[in-house]
Amino acid sequence: MTIQPPDLSAPGNRPLPPVPALSLRGLAKRFGDKIAVNGISLDVPAGSFYGIVGPNGAGKTTTLSMATGLLRPDFGTAHVHGVDVWQHALEAKKMMGILPDGVRLFDRLTGEQLVSYAGLLRGMDKEVVASRVQELLSALDLGQDAGKLVVDYSAGMTKKIALASALIHAPRLLVLDEPFESVDPVSAANIRDILDRYVASGGTVIVSSHVMDLVQRMCDHVAVVAAGRLLAAGTVDEVRAGESLEDRFVQLVGGRSQTEGLEWLRTF
Amino acid sequence: MVAHLLRLKLALLRNSVRRSPWQLVGLGIGALYALGLVGLAVAGLVFLRGADAGLAQTVVVLGGAAALLGWAIIPVAASAADLTLDPARFTTLAVPMPQLLTGLALGGLIGIPGIATSLVALATVATWSRSVPAAGGALVGAVLGVLSCVVLSKVVTTATAGLASSRRFKDVSSVAFLIPLVLLGPLLAGITEGIAGSGDFLAVLAGALSWTPVGAAWSLGGEMAAGGYGAAALKLVIALATLAGLALCWKVLLQRALVTPPYAGTSRKRASGLGLFGLFPATPTGAVTARSLIYWLRDPRYAGALVVVPLLPVLLLFQAGQTGSYGLLVFVGPLTAFLLAWSISSDVSYDNTAFALHLATGVRGVSDRLGRALACLLFALPVVLAFSVLPFLFSGDWDQLPGLLGLSLGILFSGMGLSSVVSARYTVAVPLPGDSPFKKPPGNVAQTMAVQFGGMGVLLLLVAPEIVLVVAQFITGSVVPGWINLGLGPVLGLALFVAGVRLGGKWLDARGPELLAQLVLNR
Repeated sequence: MTIQPPDLSAPGNRPLPPVPALSLRGLAKRFGDKIAVNGISLDVPAGSFYGIVGPNGAGKTTTLSMATGLLRPDFGTAHVHGVDVWQHALEAKKMMGILPDGVRLFDRLTGEQLVSYAGLLRGMDKEVVASRVQELLSALDLGQDAGKLVVDYSAGMTKKIALASALIHAPRLLVLDEPFESVDPVSAANIRDILDRYVASGGTVIVSSHVMDLVQRMCDHVAVVAAGRLLAAGTVDEVRAGESLEDRFVQLVGGRSQTEGLEWLRTF
Repeated sequence: MVAHLLRLKLALLRNSVRRSPWQLVGLGIGALYALGLVGLAVAGLVFLRGADAGLAQTVVVLGGAAALLGWAIIPVAASAADLTLDPARFTTLAVPMPQLLTGLALGGLIGIPGIATSLVALATVATWSRSVPAAGGALVGAVLGVLSCVVLSKVVTTATAGLASSRRFKDVSSVAFLIPLVLLGPLLAGITEGIAGSGDFLAVLAGALSWTPVGAAWSLGGEMAAGGYGAAALKLVIALATLAGLALCWKVLLQRALVTPPYAGTSRKRASGLGLFGLFPATPTGAVTARSLIYWLRDPRYAGALVVVPLLPVLLLFQAGQTGSYGLLVFVGPLTAFLLAWSISSDVSYDNTAFALHLATGVRGVSDRLGRALACLLFALPVVLAFSVLPFLFSGDWDQLPGLLGLSLGILFSGMGLSSVVSARYTVAVPLPGDSPFKKPPGNVAQTMAVQFGGMGVLLLLVAPEIVLVVAQFITGSVVPGWINLGLGPVLGLALFVAGVRLGGKWLDARGPELLAQLVLNR
């Protein structure tokens, strides 16, 4: 017995285009006289592992903050699985797990308490929170330090505990701003495994980074952002167009200084 | 190189002021305050010129010894060591040690405490300008004494750097430091009383101290004035040896510290359970309550308030003991209610950007407001009840109890409601998480003042009915207004509390991102 594929040409039977996990339209933000983000529109397909790369100060963090409901945009809209982040904030936030960059944590809690707090704030059941916290902590190699105050954690451990707080409610979309900064290679590999499995089971991950190698290996899609604008977006293969992502990135962004001068540096 | 270091210190000071004009205002206020104290001290020392030489010697030696003690203790106890020229930052620069030490020591004199100490020390030259040798001796003594102060302070901060950089020590010391500060009045009164009782003792103490490293330098002027040249020479040797010894200690400690950065020590702790989170219902409100309570206990910025509260009745009891009247003591209840209720008005500012977690999880504003208020109420309510009732055990004037109890409860509930609104809308400049509660906070000072005074004004209006009733009882002597107040205070207060939590919650839902944006600026 064979299943007939639906007749795509028949009117009214055409499937709707899949709803993107995150859809940004004309997002813009100005701080004083500095335009941090200048009209970024981007679709992140559901089930993709999406990298956002850009030089320092490109507006990555500002864009992600506006996309996740942490920073109100001056212009533009953001939708998560079709839900407007700024009109129906609660509904959108339920679907998102967010690892913001450069914000503090409630660091006088122990690691275990902090992750539980994130779960309880979302109204989750106590037993579910308790069992998930244990699993998350051991998956992120934090089981030994669960009872230590987060303020006494190292930078990498702090990143990991913040990641655990973003994962606790099993979101459909993960937005991770610089998740691998100062994380040791073993933990980074563990985190990559977790994220790979998450994407394989239908979740969507957005990571920002300036480590091109990592993005090229890990992500299937990539967007290049510089000076508040989107320079390129698409699958990794489309964007890099046969070159390495790093070379392509430098071409797109520009700003490589000619390595002339500094002759004195060789006169030791 | 020494000049470079001094220029660096000045440049750092200038740049810190340039960051915002309000920093300049803060520095100005600090300088004015110091100038006032210095002016008083200098005037006193100049005045001592005409006084009996023995008395002048006692005052100068004891004052100098106190200054030395202050320079040793305050930077560590208040975790406010001046780290603008942190020696650790020079490790990679290969500065020769003697020049580094000289530069850092002289750099320590730049700043309000250094300048103030130098000016007061130089004023002792005026005290001893009774003859040329005496003035000369005082000048040498002042220079040696001030340098000893600075170097001693460096020795202590370097030696305790490992200790002082540990979070636990910082937490405990900054809270413990509050206790003598709050009890300063009673302590001073006690000490002056003791001194008045035994004037001779001080002269003996000063005489003994002048032969020790603590007082030798400061006693040079007096010794020369008294004509004891032999003794003066001996004391000069003691003072020089003190300075040299301190410098040597500092050098050794610094050499060691530069190559062995403080090791905080790690104690791996296995999961110790959820603590307070396990005790509260697993709802967002319960979670916020548990989190806030943990902060009241663990964060020195909150714990400081908790330490002050039990000291309040001690302070007022002392005042009552001095004056023999318990008039003020009965107000400890309303006062505590106000302090505790108003303390959560800067709750979100204390969170700093950690507040982003509340925003990211989409917790409802009402849950956030109610959780924070309940955490404070949990201990504030019993404390306020106890403080409202207990003073009457001393005063015995039980007729006033109902009225004042009503006022206390009214202030507590109304204040919590108002604080819930204020902290949902306005951020104030508070010390950053992990900083000492004494540290000058970054951020908008003008808005902080406006919020604090404006908020207190509004609170005064909100509790006006209760106040009027208490005043009415005082004037008429009738107990009826008091009993009315006992009913009115809690009812009106709870109504305002509910209204405040709801309004604050609504504002938080609507303006959460804007609040976070303000917090980012204060970071």
